[in-house]
Amino acid sequence: MVEMVARPYAAAFEAHALAHPEVLCLSADLTSSCEIDGFRDRHPERFLSLGMAEQNLMSFAGGLGLAGFRPFIHSFGVFLYRRPYDQLIASVAYPRRAVRLMGFLPGLTTPGGMTHQAIEDIAVMRSIPNMTILESGDATEVESLCAAADTIDGPVYCRVLRGLVPRLFATPIRVGEMRVLSEGSDILVLTAGIATEEALRARAALAHAGVSIRHLHLHTIKPFDAHALLDQIASVQHGVITLENHVIEGGIGSLCAEIMADHGVGKPLRRLGLRDTFAHGGSRAYLLRYYGLNAMALVGAVESLLGEHFGVSEADLEAARVDAVHSDAKAEAL
Amino acid sequence: MNTDKSTEALAFGIRRRVFEHSIRNNGGYLSQACSAAEQLAWLYNEQLRLGAPTLPPVPLPFAGVPAPGNHAYRTGAGYHGPAEPSLDRLFIAPAHYALVAYAALIEVGRLAPEALDQFNQDGSSVEMIGAEHSPGMEVHNGTLGIGLSTGAGLAWGRRRKGETGAVWVFMSDGEVQEGQTWEAVQSCVHHGIDNLYAIMDVNAQQCDGAMSAVMDVGDLKAKFVSFGAVAVEIDGHDLAAMRVAAQTPHPGRPLIILARTCPYQGMPSLKSRFPRLHYVRFKSEDERESMRRAIAAELGLNAEPASSQPGRQETSPATTAAKGD
Repeated sequence: MVEMVARPYAAAFEAHALAHPEVLCLSADLTSSCEIDGFRDRHPERFLSLGMAEQNLMSFAGGLGLAGFRPFIHSFGVFLYRRPYDQLIASVAYPRRAVRLMGFLPGLTTPGGMTHQAIEDIAVMRSIPNMTILESGDATEVESLCAAADTIDGPVYCRVLRGLVPRLFATPIRVGEMRVLSEGSDILVLTAGIATEEALRARAALAHAGVSIRHLHLHTIKPFDAHALLDQIASVQHGVITLENHVIEGGIGSLCAEIMADHGVGKPLRRLGLRDTFAHGGSRAYLLRYYGLNAMALVGAVESLLGEHFGVSEADLEAARVDAVHSDAKAEAL
Repeated sequence: MNTDKSTEALAFGIRRRVFEHSIRNNGGYLSQACSAAEQLAWLYNEQLRLGAPTLPPVPLPFAGVPAPGNHAYRTGAGYHGPAEPSLDRLFIAPAHYALVAYAALIEVGRLAPEALDQFNQDGSSVEMIGAEHSPGMEVHNGTLGIGLSTGAGLAWGRRRKGETGAVWVFMSDGEVQEGQTWEAVQSCVHHGIDNLYAIMDVNAQQCDGAMSAVMDVGDLKAKFVSFGAVAVEIDGHDLAAMRVAAQTPHPGRPLIILARTCPYQGMPSLKSRFPRLHYVRFKSEDERESMRRAIAAELGLNAEPASSQPGRQETSPATTAAKGD
């Protein structure tokens, strides 16, 4: 059974901030939802509430950066780039301010529906010059996210997991690297964020069916080491599958496709993720199944790529983790 | 006084430089010079405590945008001197006032007159819409409504660090149509930011014409006060009133000076262009020449064409200088 960690961001941020006096904690009215309520209560002098006013929040953070601070902005990811996009560009990205954009509820990890689901954030952020993108996939990565982000000389956007988060990895994020989770030779599976957990669920069943999977997990999406990925692609025979908690346009599927095209790699590529669609509200397990982002969808893509049918059923996969809508680890279900 | 000139003389110099530049280039932000000359002259000559410029009088060419490894990059804040704790900072929030701001920097001796020759030239840092790297600029304000928020963040940060210098934002009234302005005031009041000052050129003009016709903004002073700021309304061409306004106590709140101005102050002939004053471009050589003579007379200048100016031509379509923002 995987260890589950409650509210890993809370302690990690507090420890990091206390060790670095230039770090400030900014909130936009989602303080407990972003696990910084304890920090607010214990360190009010380092906490700035800027209310539901993201345009001002972004430029204000730029001003703090100009004054020599490194503000960590906490909100749902979707609110960090949709409404204040112009301010994000002019006040943060262009001048390369050391603003850390901590975006909670990436993709389909919220039942809040379209307005709360950051499903195109990676595509948007990837296209912004000077922006770094990190994505956490487990508790260890959440715990190491603040320190990793704060090493960047410029702005960073982070996809942060919250609540009860599984611990999958033993080592912290090392910016610019990727995790090789298995070294098979048939198919390369590329995942990030919660998609990695889904791929892990599928792996045993695929191994049982005789498929040798090479599995990579990405926590650094930009900048990206193309050559490291090319080496991994060269190590598999039948092609590449990407699975992401995001639309397939502009996310890690696009990233992989761009690198393959740029370097003339002629292997098949299957991209799994949201396919030119918004989503609606629901539980994570339901949404991942409904939109084809779960372990079963990955098995289907492997079968398609190999032209074989293995007869794998849901029962053959490792059990899906089902979060309670309400728990002590989450202030609200959103 | 920060220079050996009177502030009145500096304001006149700003109008004259922008007028001459606009005539020579068949267009420019002429009305902004009319409305804002006293405000910028007063800021630079009397109010702001700035160090000596750290960048050369004739601006260096564009050196690239901020990027990892671009060590040549620098902002235009160097024309305001170094960022020292006791010194003030100024943001020009409406970046299309850049021509007026450059003229002000020239008048106070921070920029060489030749700098205007680079205005809106390819490869120059003296950009038409002031960029971060343009003389006197420190941040991008090309989209309106951003400046006050950035000033608020900087002011909060400077206070936290114990810096005594003030943060000033020169604003335009059209910016209040952006919700961000009100978000900024709200945040300043909530966080007790009182080392932030704004002076707003309330000239009642915007790109499409008179603000009353495009999007009326109502009683600005009442709005700022209801959002918790201390706001003072003055005649923006009255330097004595400006000096008094800046002394208004505002503990725990930002001070907003609403400078009501005339967009053709000093150049009454421009009134004939009302309400299209945002960017003045002459439609014919005849119009340019008649406007040149009229305004020169109004400014008390020699009305004869300067030798560098093209000679008078018969009526023909003006071909130079694309319309600006």
